Amino acid sequence: MAYEKVNEINLKDTELRLGLPGTEQVKEEQEVSCVRSNKRQYQSDNEEASTPPTKTQIVGWPPVRSYRKNNNSVSYVKVSMDGAPYLRKIDLKTYKNYPELLKELENMFKFTIGEYSEREGYKGSEVVPTYEDKDGDWMLVGDVPWDMFSSSCKRLRIMKGSDALALDSAL
Amino acid sequence: MSEDDEDQSPPSDLRSQPPPCSPNKSRNCISSSSSSQTFPDHVLENVLENVLQFLDSRCDRNAASLVCKLWWKVEALTRSEVFIGNCYALSPARLTQRFKRVRSLLLKGKPRFADFNLMPPDWGANFAPWVSTMAKAYPWLEKVDLKRMFVTDDDLALLAESFPGFKELVLVCCEGFGTSGIAVVANKCRKLKVLDLIESEVTDDEVDWISCFPEDVTSLESLAFDCVEAPINFKALEGLVARSPLLRKLRLNRFVSLEEVHRLLLGAPQLTSLGTGSFSQTHQSEQEPDYAAAFRACKSVVCLSGFRELMPEYLPAILPVCANLTSLNFSYANISPDMFKPIIHNCHKLQVFWALDSICDEGLQAVAATCKELRELRIFPFDPREDSEGPVSELGLQAISEGCRKLESVLYFCQRMTNAALVAISQNCPELTVFRLCIMGRHRPDHVTGKAMDEGFGAIVKNCKKLTRLAVSGLLTDQAFRYMGEYGKLIRTLSVAFAGDSDMALRHVLEGCPKLQKLEIRDSPFGDVALRSGMHRYYNMRFVWMSACSLSMGCCKDVARAMPNLVVEVIGSDDDDENREYVETLYMYRSLDGPRKDAPQFVTIL
Repeated sequence: MAYEKVNEINLKDTELRLGLPGTEQVKEEQEVSCVRSNKRQYQSDNEEASTPPTKTQIVGWPPVRSYRKNNNSVSYVKVSMDGAPYLRKIDLKTYKNYPELLKELENMFKFTIGEYSEREGYKGSEVVPTYEDKDGDWMLVGDVPWDMFSSSCKRLRIMKGSDALALDSAL
Repeated sequence: MSEDDEDQSPPSDLRSQPPPCSPNKSRNCISSSSSSQTFPDHVLENVLENVLQFLDSRCDRNAASLVCKLWWKVEALTRSEVFIGNCYALSPARLTQRFKRVRSLLLKGKPRFADFNLMPPDWGANFAPWVSTMAKAYPWLEKVDLKRMFVTDDDLALLAESFPGFKELVLVCCEGFGTSGIAVVANKCRKLKVLDLIESEVTDDEVDWISCFPEDVTSLESLAFDCVEAPINFKALEGLVARSPLLRKLRLNRFVSLEEVHRLLLGAPQLTSLGTGSFSQTHQSEQEPDYAAAFRACKSVVCLSGFRELMPEYLPAILPVCANLTSLNFSYANISPDMFKPIIHNCHKLQVFWALDSICDEGLQAVAATCKELRELRIFPFDPREDSEGPVSELGLQAISEGCRKLESVLYFCQRMTNAALVAISQNCPELTVFRLCIMGRHRPDHVTGKAMDEGFGAIVKNCKKLTRLAVSGLLTDQAFRYMGEYGKLIRTLSVAFAGDSDMALRHVLEGCPKLQKLEIRDSPFGDVALRSGMHRYYNMRFVWMSACSLSMGCCKDVARAMPNLVVEVIGSDDDDENREYVETLYMYRSLDGPRKDAPQFVTIL
C-alpha cells in the first residue's frame, strides 16, 4: 500500500494523453498497486524466495525521496522567433523526435513549416527552425540525428523572411 | 545540503543513570546528598563546572557523566547542547529534569524509511510536546535543529514567543507547517541568525513571509528556503538581503529567476554559499545581463547549489567561481556530459559533489580527472525506476575511485555494477566511512560475471576499515552478510533491501557488528529466528526497522515481553485482517519512559 497523502491530487492520473502505452515515463506516484511479495514468502515457508516478484512498481523503490521525483529536473532551452515579443522555453526531453518538436513549435508560435528534406532544407516554408549547438554553431534543425540534437542543443531560433532563405540555402 | 548526515557519537545522551557512589573512592567523590557539605566539595564542584563547560563533544560528555555522581550532576548543569536521536526514546520532562541549562536542541523523529512512503502519514514525531515543555524550562533557548519531525504553525508560533534570544532554526525533512508559521518566526525572533528549511514540506499559505522580517538591520547569517514551493516577494527579498550585512548563506527557491539572482548577487558579494533557484531566464531582452560578471564579483562563494529548471546555455556563467568551489550540487539539473565537462574542469578544490546520473560515466571520469580533493560524492537517478536505462555504471564509480583517493562518502544510484569495481574502490579509497550503493533493479547480479554481489561488498567491509555506514543492494546471498558480520566492526548504520537468503544473514550482522545502532531492512527473508538472535543488542541500538520480512506477531510479542524498555511497534496496513499473525512493519526502539501515548490507530505497541 502506497501511503500517499490524501490531500495530494495526482494530476498525472487524470491527464488525458495520446501515446503508445509504455512511452510515457511512469512516475513513482502511480504506484497504487503494491506487490505483496512478502506475504507470499511468509505464508508458505517452503517456497523459495529466489524468484523475484513480477515487475510491477514497488512502493518506495528505488529509495529516492519524492521531492526529488516531483521536481524532476528539466533542461530548458530558449525558443525565440524573429518578430515575436516573448521568448518561450521548452524541455527537449519531452519530445521523442523532430516531428513532435516541430509540431509543438508550430502550435506555440502559430506558423506552419514546410517539410524537411536533407537536400533542400525547409523549402517552401516561411520560417526556418535553427538551433545553436554546444560549440556555438548555428545549425538547421533536423540535420543531425535526434539524440545528438537533443543533447547538444543550447537554444532554438525560428528564423523568418530573407534571413531564413539565406541561411537555408547556405546550409 | 543534508540527507542523512552521519552523526558521530553514540546514542541517547540520557540513558546513563548516575552511578552509585563507591565508598572506596577518594573524598572528592562524596555525594552531594551527604550530610557534611565540606568546603572542598563546593570548590571541586565549581572547578569541575569551569572545566566541563569546555567539553563540547557529547561522546566525551557522556563518558564524563559516568565517572561519579558529582561529575554526573555537574555535567548535567554544564551541557548546553543536547542531541536526541529518537524523540520517543524519552519524554520531554526527562530532558528538562536532567539538563537545566540547555541552549541548543537537536531532535530527530521519524525513521528514514518513512521518506519512501513505507509508513502511513500521521505516525507521530510531534514537536508540540517538546516545544511546550521547553518553553517553560529553557527561556534562554537559542537553537533548535529538527529532522523528520512533525512541526505545526502553532509550534513555530510558540517557539517564536517563548524564546526571546532565539538564534537558529533548522528544519530538515520536516512537515506539518506552512509559510504562515515561517512568517511568525521571521517576525518575532529578532535575534535570528539562521533560518534553514531543508528538504521540508512547507505548505503555501499565501503569506508574504519575506516581508515579515523586522525592518531594521538583521542578524541573518543563513537563509535557506529552496524547498518552499511558493512564490516570494522578490522586492522584499532584495531589501532583506540589503539590510543583512552578515548574510553568508542564501538558498533560493525555484521561483527566483536568473535575472533576480543576478540582482541579488550584485548586492551581496560577500556570500559564501548560494542556492541559485531557477537557472532560467524568463524575459527576452535585448541586453542580457552579464551573469558571469555577477558571479565574478562573488569572490567568496565556495558552495553552489540550486539550478532548478536549468537552461544549460547559462551554465558557463558560474565559471568564474568554479576554481573556489568546495561544494557543488547539480542534483536538480539535467546536465549532459557535454555541458558538464567544461564546468567541472575548473573545480580543482571540490570536496562535495552531488549530481544526477545525466552526466553519465563520462562526466564522472571528468570529475575523477580534476577533483582530487573530493570527499563526498552523491549521484542521484534522473529516472528513478527499476527498469530505466541507467547512464552510469561501474565504470564511473571505478574512475572516481582511481582519481579521488581521499573519498570518504559515497551515495550512488545505478543500474549496473560489478564486484571488480567494488573491490577496486575498496582498495583505492581507504578513507571511506559511508558507502551507499543502490542498484535500482532488484536482485541484480554482477552484470559481467552474473554472480551475486557478495564479493564486492565483502571487499568494501574488509578493506574500508573506517566504514561506519553501509547500504547494500543487488543480488546478495547470506555470504555477503557473513562478511559484514566478520569485518564490519565499526558499522553503525546498515540499510538492507531485497537481499539475503535466510535468517542466518541477519544473525551474522546482529552477532558480528558490535557498534550497530541503526538497522533498516525491507523485503528480505528474515524471520523470527533472526529477530531473537539480536536480543542481546537491542538495548544498545537506536532502532530496528524491518518491513515486508518474515516476522510473526507471536515472536514480536515475545521480544516485547522479554525487553520491557524496548518499544515494539507493529505498523499494519489495511488488508491484514485475514492474517493477524503477519507483521508488515516492525519498528522498535529503546525508551526510558515507556511506550508513547500519541500512537495512531494503525500502530500497535506490543
